[in-house]
Amino acid sequence: MAIELGQMAAQAQTRWPGRVRADTEQDADCAYRIECEPQALPEVCNWLFSDLGYSFGGLVVEEAARWELRYLFYGDREQGWVHVIARLSADQTRVPSVSTLIHAADWHEREAEDLFGLVFEGHPRLGDFVLHNDTWQENLTPMRRSFDDRKPAAWRTPDSDWKPRQIVEEAGAFLMPIGPIYSTATGPAHFVLETIGEDVIRAQPRLFYAYRGLEKIAQGRAAEDLLLIAERISGTSAFAHSLGACQAVERICRIEVPPRARVLRVWAAELERLRHHVGAIEGICESTGLVVAAAQAAIIEEDLLRISGALTGHRYFFGLNALGGLTIDLDDCALLHAAWQVKAAVSRLSELERMLSMSSSFLDRLEEVGNVGASDAREFGLVGPVARASGVSRDLRRAHPYLGYERVDFDVPCETEGDGYARLRVFFGEAAQSARIISAVSSSIPQGAFRAPQVSLGAGAALGWVEAPRGAALHWIRLADDGVVDRYRIITPSFANWHGFRLGAERFAFQDFPIILATFALSVHENDR
Amino acid sequence: MSQWVIKGLRTGIKSTRYPNVAETAAGVSPGFPAETNLGGALAESLVAGCPTRALGLGPQGVEVDRRRCVHCFRCIRGAKRPLDWESGYEWARIGADGAHRDHRLGRPFGRSVHILVVDAGDCGACLNEVKQLNNPYYNMHRLGFFLTPTPRHADVMLVVGAVTEHMRHALRKAYDAMPTPKRVVAAGACALCGGVFGPSFICGSGAAEVVPVDVEVPGNPPPPLAILHGLLVAVGRRPPANGAG
Ligand code: SF4
Repeated sequence: MAIELGQMAAQAQTRWPGRVRADTEQDADCAYRIECEPQALPEVCNWLFSDLGYSFGGLVVEEAARWELRYLFYGDREQGWVHVIARLSADQTRVPSVSTLIHAADWHEREAEDLFGLVFEGHPRLGDFVLHNDTWQENLTPMRRSFDDRKPAAWRTPDSDWKPRQIVEEAGAFLMPIGPIYSTATGPAHFVLETIGEDVIRAQPRLFYAYRGLEKIAQGRAAEDLLLIAERISGTSAFAHSLGACQAVERICRIEVPPRARVLRVWAAELERLRHHVGAIEGICESTGLVVAAAQAAIIEEDLLRISGALTGHRYFFGLNALGGLTIDLDDCALLHAAWQVKAAVSRLSELERMLSMSSSFLDRLEEVGNVGASDAREFGLVGPVARASGVSRDLRRAHPYLGYERVDFDVPCETEGDGYARLRVFFGEAAQSARIISAVSSSIPQGAFRAPQVSLGAGAALGWVEAPRGAALHWIRLADDGVVDRYRIITPSFANWHGFRLGAERFAFQDFPIILATFALSVHENDR
Repeated sequence: MSQWVIKGLRTGIKSTRYPNVAETAAGVSPGFPAETNLGGALAESLVAGCPTRALGLGPQGVEVDRRRCVHCFRCIRGAKRPLDWESGYEWARIGADGAHRDHRLGRPFGRSVHILVVDAGDCGACLNEVKQLNNPYYNMHRLGFFLTPTPRHADVMLVVGAVTEHMRHALRKAYDAMPTPKRVVAAGACALCGGVFGPSFICGSGAAEVVPVDVEVPGNPPPPLAILHGLLVAVGRRPPANGAG
């Protein structure tokens, strides 16, 4: 499947003579660019995705003198990153849809249609998505440069009688709207569940109740202030996202991050992953009504939050990342002590895992429930633990190591069943691996600076990537001459996995719905941005 | 199943003794910068460096508006003269709409208060801290606090998030559906002033724009103990940080 990168240019040029222009070498950021004319976009992208085995990363739209559409792909380490770029003149807003061939691009194109007013020809489902039609004025496109984000937009008076559309028409079909305020403490989301008897036939989430327009409000801010926004994409994976943003800016400005800072970043990133996964496990136990197990996980989660808080000043690592390193040095003794506390917490976690694996009534609720097959997972571009439970193993720490992960010894747990239980096992497995990394790096933290001595900002654009707790997170940043943010595109794992959530939820019984939802460990905050 | 019963018993009691005894464990709170006797250029540069305008210059030196602070630590880390820092978590104050109300909700609420949590568009951190209230460490049930999913059973609404346009209507509808008497606790910098997100084209500058806020809990996010204090203030079982009430 994989071909030599050098040959890729030649192949692309023979296939689409005169219509593509491909780099023959990777640039400094392991990226390899293929520029193509808009009409060739779907075919070129599909060639990468279907013939060469690349994963679809996401779509970045930039508005300048011309429109620039950048479809991101990544493969295994030797395959690198490929950016497929098409340009349109400013007054042209129609482009053929890639998602007709690559379903993973579906939501990316819907979002670009909603926020930029681009039209993806052939895309089957455009319309109400990020901006809800019952309140948002038609034809207002907030991501356009001409749109002023500081002024409140003109909103419609909400329609109190708004109702979701019923699609399933069979006899006995029943439509159940849930949300946006539902259950006891959940992020806002609305579900349209259509059932026949006990089975959910259609499960369509309506999201973006927590849309905070982060990509828009980032524009015009100083690069340093970008981190405030990045940390708040998803508070429960704040460090991962601020790391993605840091790495993009550090690439643009050629900032060398000192070795100590890199290791400390690994430390914090793994502690965050561990804590996130414990939270996910807690959610799964709770969804099945196993309160003692949920309480055990909750105790561990709080322990880890306290360890984070005591060590870095903040339970969610806010204010810890800085361009070029960290904002504070962490004390070696305190790190060792914390590593020891983490170890104790994780031994209780493996005891919990052992007990759960013997609770047959618990396993009955998870096994053969919410199945997602490997080909569906790939087709929908699922990422992270959810994808790895369905046999799609790509992990950015392995595929494109950053922070020196190539020298860190760890496994990437993978399962093939793709059911709720497989996802639970992946969460446990990854949590244990994170603990292993923490304990390994704690005893060998290099001495030296915790932050680059000098950070001078300049113009440019780059991609930062990170394997966040929920999966691949991509941060595309373009800085203007004065180091001010010109474009910040945030591609999150929850966005990919919410798109594929219906794969798991449909065809299963209504009472399994909350359990399936818990096993996906999705965040609306991370999705909505 | 009996293994879970034994496990539960073996774990013993984890709950904090707050509010009877102050909680002193490490890592339960990020703290806040404290009012610091400092003037001149050093003070001015700290004030200018605060991204959310939480700092100001007053007669006593640098003043801190906790409602706006997002714990970015810029006023201590890397600062030539860092501000003082204070730990603690009893930060809840009576909000503008709460001043004229009697905070003893009355006998019926004495030991059983039902709380509706509304996430009006936060980053998920506040929500996660709210969830911790149910964990054995904070165990809000022991204080008679229960989460409810329906506004019709709720006595207190706990709002997090700056209120996005998409949640504004749902938030108002939920408030209107609650029976009276009712109280609103707004938790987190976003719910108090918009935080990092608002005001903008899509985010407001806090819950008070949509519902009357009785109690304000600062923090980004406020740790569980701070939220617990806010709830206790809302039902008149703990004094607020600003005295009256
Ligand atoms: S911690 Fe940050 S937000 Fe809070 S007062 Fe200091 S500078 Fe302002």
